[in-house]
Amino acid sequence: MAKHHVQTTINGDPIEFLCDTEETLLDVLRNQLNMTGTKEGCSTGDCGACSVTVDNRLVCSCLMLGVEANGKKIGTIEGLASGDKLHPLQQKFLEHAALQCGVCTPGFLVASKALLEKNSNPTETEVRYWLAGNLCRCTGYDKIVRAVMDAAHEIRSA
Amino acid sequence: MRYEAPESVEKACQLLADDVGHARILAGGTDLLVQIKTDVLDPSLLIDIKKIQELREINTGSGGFRIGAAVTGAELKEHDGLRAAWPGIVEAANLIGSTQVQGRATLGGNLCNGSPAADSVPALIAAGAKVVIAGPNGRRELPVEDIMVGVRKLALTKGELIVSFIVPPRPKQGGDAYLRFIPRTEMDIAVVGCGVSLQLDADGTCTFARLALGAVAERPLLVGDAAKALIGSKLDAKAVDVAAAAASAACRPIDDKRGTKAFRIKVAAVLARRTIQIALDRAHGKTGTTH
Repeated sequence: MAKHHVQTTINGDPIEFLCDTEETLLDVLRNQLNMTGTKEGCSTGDCGACSVTVDNRLVCSCLMLGVEANGKKIGTIEGLASGDKLHPLQQKFLEHAALQCGVCTPGFLVASKALLEKNSNPTETEVRYWLAGNLCRCTGYDKIVRAVMDAAHEIRSA
Repeated sequence: MRYEAPESVEKACQLLADDVGHARILAGGTDLLVQIKTDVLDPSLLIDIKKIQELREINTGSGGFRIGAAVTGAELKEHDGLRAAWPGIVEAANLIGSTQVQGRATLGGNLCNGSPAADSVPALIAAGAKVVIAGPNGRRELPVEDIMVGVRKLALTKGELIVSFIVPPRPKQGGDAYLRFIPRTEMDIAVVGCGVSLQLDADGTCTFARLALGAVAERPLLVGDAAKALIGSKLDAKAVDVAAAAASAACRPIDDKRGTKAFRIKVAAVLARRTIQIALDRAHGKTGTTH
């Protein structure tokens, strides 16, 4: 069967690709577009490592087909920093040591950015519930939550 | 595996009716894509219904709501009118999975996945919601409780799909709620779920009640005896005791890794009490969320 021709926008850039029905958006990002910042964890929507935004809505890219991206605006971890300048969330994750192995980090950053765009002043409880679908086996979460709260504070006072 | 994204209900029904293999409807995909990946399902055709405008909208009219089958949990939560009128439905839908899953998972999918533990279903049943079904012979309506007839078994026939949910207007002095028991605070599947909708008259007598349970039988249950115990009472301790006992008596659960039969039967009564209380508080005009 012929491949699907998909036209999409990723981090503001128009991108076209061909994919089979079976290929997820995650497969396309990593294997075709070489955008390997988005990580594959569980592939069943439980861990959040593959988090991206689709038309500004946070989703797991492993639970979406590549063909469904047609006409959509995709946001990935590669869109966070501007050149060499880190996003405040990335800077705060470094300062608070909110990562160890780093595999979950892109997913946490994309999910946290989506939260702060919706709610610039979240409570700790709101941060924890929002990020409940992102699993980290290294940090125990406290440092991640502190980094997100601190980044939110910085963005608000900027 | 073929992929089609029709832009009309009629075209989607025709694709379903004409398919000789195993066509599946793709809405949010949060159950379907996992089942394909783990080889539980091997569809020949995926019919993506998200390009059909009618399935993607929440319409309000005559005080009630028509919720498209492909409306996501996140969109339900952002609809102020629905959240104010039927907080139990919105909260139930928002217990399903993570923020990421909420961005994709739909009400229609939660019902059609055919799991007796589906969180949104007891809340919709308690609210007295109906389902609009489209098929090769036109449209028909069924109450939500008549759709899921067993584990992964639906009352839909070849070529039929769910278009929308019709939720009635919120009754005056009415309230609804949904609670589930899970051994943690988030990201889990209900051991027992309970949805309640109540209406009171001016002196506080219950004039209308519906109570539905999830995860305690092969399908979600509408517990008529619980409603009977509540209607006509002032929702005093004795009436609530009888309703809670009726909830337990209706259960025919299985033992599994999430809980034993005995535990589920006991918890059904506990949740019934707590859910009735929240629905009652809301009927009295108290606001607030369950978590």
